[in-house]
Amino acid sequence: MQDYFYILVSEVYKILFLLVPVLVTVAMIVWLDRRVWAFVQKRRGPNVVGPFGLLQSLADALKYIFKEIIIPASSNKIIFILAPIVTMTLALIAWAVIPFSEEFVLANINVGILYIFAVSSLGVYGIIMGGWASNSKYPFLGAIRSAAQMVSYEVSIGVIIINVLLCVGSLNLTDIVLAQEKIWFVIPLFPMFVIFFISALAETNRPPFDLPEAEAELVAGYQTEYSGMMYAMFWLGEYANILLMCALGSILFLGGWLSPIDIYPFDLIPSPLWFIVKILLLFILFALVKAIVPRYRYDQLMKLGWKIFLPLSLIWVVLTSGYLLYFDLLPTT
Amino acid sequence: MIAHAIFFYIFSFIAIISAIMVTTSKNTVHSVFFLILDFISISCLFIMIGAEFLGMIMLIVYVGAVAVLFLFVVMMLNVASQKNTFFKSTHGSRHIPIGLFVSLIIFFELIIVVGGWKYKPDLINSINLEISNISNTHSIGYVLYTDYIHLFQISGMILLVAMIGAIILTYRKREGLKRQSYFSQISREKNDGVDLVDVEKNKGVKVDV
Repeated sequence: MQDYFYILVSEVYKILFLLVPVLVTVAMIVWLDRRVWAFVQKRRGPNVVGPFGLLQSLADALKYIFKEIIIPASSNKIIFILAPIVTMTLALIAWAVIPFSEEFVLANINVGILYIFAVSSLGVYGIIMGGWASNSKYPFLGAIRSAAQMVSYEVSIGVIIINVLLCVGSLNLTDIVLAQEKIWFVIPLFPMFVIFFISALAETNRPPFDLPEAEAELVAGYQTEYSGMMYAMFWLGEYANILLMCALGSILFLGGWLSPIDIYPFDLIPSPLWFIVKILLLFILFALVKAIVPRYRYDQLMKLGWKIFLPLSLIWVVLTSGYLLYFDLLPTT
Repeated sequence: MIAHAIFFYIFSFIAIISAIMVTTSKNTVHSVFFLILDFISISCLFIMIGAEFLGMIMLIVYVGAVAVLFLFVVMMLNVASQKNTFFKSTHGSRHIPIGLFVSLIIFFELIIVVGGWKYKPDLINSINLEISNISNTHSIGYVLYTDYIHLFQISGMILLVAMIGAIILTYRKREGLKRQSYFSQISREKNDGVDLVDVEKNKGVKVDV
């Protein structure tokens, strides 16, 4: 019994050690996003609260906490309340398998990449539940749009992951990173990296694919009826998802925690730091795209997903496997 | 082992309760949500017996894709309006014997499966269970594309046929739609896009679109 208790306490400690930094980073990254966005448009962005406006997210969070939560009378109350909780939970549990270095990973499971894929495919439920339970036209339309969009872009992300897995021969995230010791997959699989990045934008409902909440047509999409802390949870969940996609991108293509050059001064930098730097770089790319690209039309978005990305990544699977087979490079176990 | 048993009972309890709720809940959308909960707890059970690949695939395919489409259909059709009338109306009661018949068939199938397990205990010993370090993803990969390649291909074919069939059944050609084509938009040039017209005084221009 004491053993169980010990395991429980140590696991809870580890989980907190992972979750608290992730949550703080999510709050900081909202600030970073707004700053980058502002700099591209020659504004200053949030710079009043704290040094460089660093505490802006905290102030926003406090505001959200003290706001009243309004539950529409005609809504389906249980599902309405569950929806932001589902979004937030799913965005956070995926971090359990992300390896920050060779030793520092909460759960080093065999099917890590499938786990992340499964959790991110569940993410659509938060949005559908929120949109349906609101019992109102705009949220419902937003939810349906978003569900169709996320389901379609998941397919191409899945095929891109297959490309990487062909080169690795394992579904374990640590193995995927270790397979890139010689060369990062971004170099041989560069087109796949580009498609992955764009699909990740669509999967997380970021601009230019933020049609679920296109304010010109749908007010705020599935979030229209939400207020106060529930709205903030949707929002935080979305940013946690973006961060997760950045982490996945850097694991699959940018060599995870590996340093770019394995020589003396670079060795001294601890490996989790490299990983964080890569995540942040990808995130800044996300933020830049938000600032410089106009929103897509919905039919163009669907066309891009099904008629361009899916065939391209399928062709690339054939090419990769043919190349690996011909030069006898297939990974052996 | 105690923790394992506790989790097993939690997940199977949730699975059974939500399976019952799928059939008994009055709102159709709720029953789809219970179905999703059921899928999730079943995949947790898969993971608990060490079939982590199956569990994750179950989650990705059923919960991530199939159940989303279920939800779509149920939300769009607005089936909630016909709730409760099913068993009361004379029209609906005709379905009950058929339902009973189908569930009887499933029940007997279950009896056959469980009975086969029970009365042929050497079934499990006849297979050589090698304990090795190979993860079950690898072992599925070893047999799926070698020993069972024909079955695998045939199941893919069946899915493809079903997909094409569904598209053909729902496809209808609609008249009077204005579609945009990228090629005509991009290849548009100044000569065929802009037309300079000399306007005569007090006459105006007749523009034909």
